[in-house]
Amino acid sequence: MNTLSVWQLLVLVVRRDLLLAMRRRADVFTTLIFFVMVVSLFPLGVGSEMELLRKMAPGVLWVAALLASMLSLGRLFSADYVDGTLEQMMLAPQSLSILVLGKMIAHWMVSGLPLVLIAPVLGIQFDLSAPAQGVLVLGLLLGTPVLSMIGGIGAALTLGLRGGGVLLSLLVLPLCIPVLIFGTGAVYAISAGLNGAMVSNLALLAAMLMFSLVLTPWVSAQALRISME
Amino acid sequence: MAINWFKYSAPSTFYGLAGKLIPWFALPAAVLFVIGLYIGFFVAPTDAVQGEAYRIIFIHVPASILSMFLYLIMAGYAALGLIFNTRLSSMMATAIAPTGALFAFISLWTGALWGKPMWGAWWVWDARLTSELILLFLYFGFISLHASIDDPRRADRAAALLAVVGSVNVPIIYFSVKWWNTLHQGSTIKFTGTSMHVAMQQAMFITLVACWLYAIAVALTRVRSIILERERHTKWVADLAEVKA
Repeated sequence: MNTLSVWQLLVLVVRRDLLLAMRRRADVFTTLIFFVMVVSLFPLGVGSEMELLRKMAPGVLWVAALLASMLSLGRLFSADYVDGTLEQMMLAPQSLSILVLGKMIAHWMVSGLPLVLIAPVLGIQFDLSAPAQGVLVLGLLLGTPVLSMIGGIGAALTLGLRGGGVLLSLLVLPLCIPVLIFGTGAVYAISAGLNGAMVSNLALLAAMLMFSLVLTPWVSAQALRISME
Repeated sequence: MAINWFKYSAPSTFYGLAGKLIPWFALPAAVLFVIGLYIGFFVAPTDAVQGEAYRIIFIHVPASILSMFLYLIMAGYAALGLIFNTRLSSMMATAIAPTGALFAFISLWTGALWGKPMWGAWWVWDARLTSELILLFLYFGFISLHASIDDPRRADRAAALLAVVGSVNVPIIYFSVKWWNTLHQGSTIKFTGTSMHVAMQQAMFITLVACWLYAIAVALTRVRSIILERERHTKWVADLAEVKA
């Protein structure tokens, strides 16, 4: 039983979580629809001047992505917590950090990746130029996994608490501010023709991705142990 | 003679020690506040550029400094509690949090009051203002996570982990906000302290020390209440003179 390599274990967890998500497709779509809806509300709220919308687009899309990922974070551990699977995972001889990382990756593929894929369509609504679109999507591609991973810490800490959803946002949103700044900064930079600034913003996002990839699974595992004892 | 370094790491012994220490911090704090504010308001000269309005720095600067230091100290205590599983460290972290949040709030409030005459706006999205606001959010996160978990031990450890994660994030947040600021609006008006008057320096230093002493006194008072609340089922609490009375 104990012969699974780390890689196999990771693939196993990701496949399992994706399978579970596919059995309940409605959950995936609610996040996506929420994202589209929030983004579409902004022109209704601030008016339809193209100049203004083009300026706001990166911020609006990023904030909406941030909120959408907050909404779906509650599901990261809760189902496994309720039916006892999580307890078994913690008893398993395999590393809990790797299991958590697998769950985070699956969560991103279900709730983050669809947002990245639909972002260009919403970008067209906001009249973004093609290079800006590309940078926006690239930024979201690098940044949304970070949101899932930082959010994972919050989800683990608030596991099984009353009012968990709002509390989770309160804990995680301040920690996600750098992602928002770098993600939107890259798009603003390319719109202003500052290629160097664009690259450095994306590079910082990539650095945050690497940093989170190393640390957050372990921290979330510790948080789970605190929450489950 | 061997000294027992860990004698006061037990809540029961620290309770008494804290009670004895509080007046030694509270009284000097009150006296220094009076002296510092007197120098600040009556001795220090009027600023050449900013007129009388600059005098708010005697509150604003100490509050800002303390709000940042207290977060680090809180995270330090929280980490100690998490690593060594010492109850008192976690209690200290919990006791410091509201004071830190208070100072962050005072810093923002006085900053707004200062900004109105100087910048012409209550709020400017300046890097320092924005990071102070985020710091306040981090304090709120710590306090509300602690408050929403019923089991005190779990609350301590969960909040401690959050504080440690937060302190790792603080430099990242600070620099990201700083770069965001330069990208968006260039330079805002900055108060570069070109050779402050001696009386100004004295007043600021004295109020800073007063704020430190105040923070320590309040944290100790709060930790005493927390100790009593957590240990209310124990015999030593029942034996306390103030509980019996």
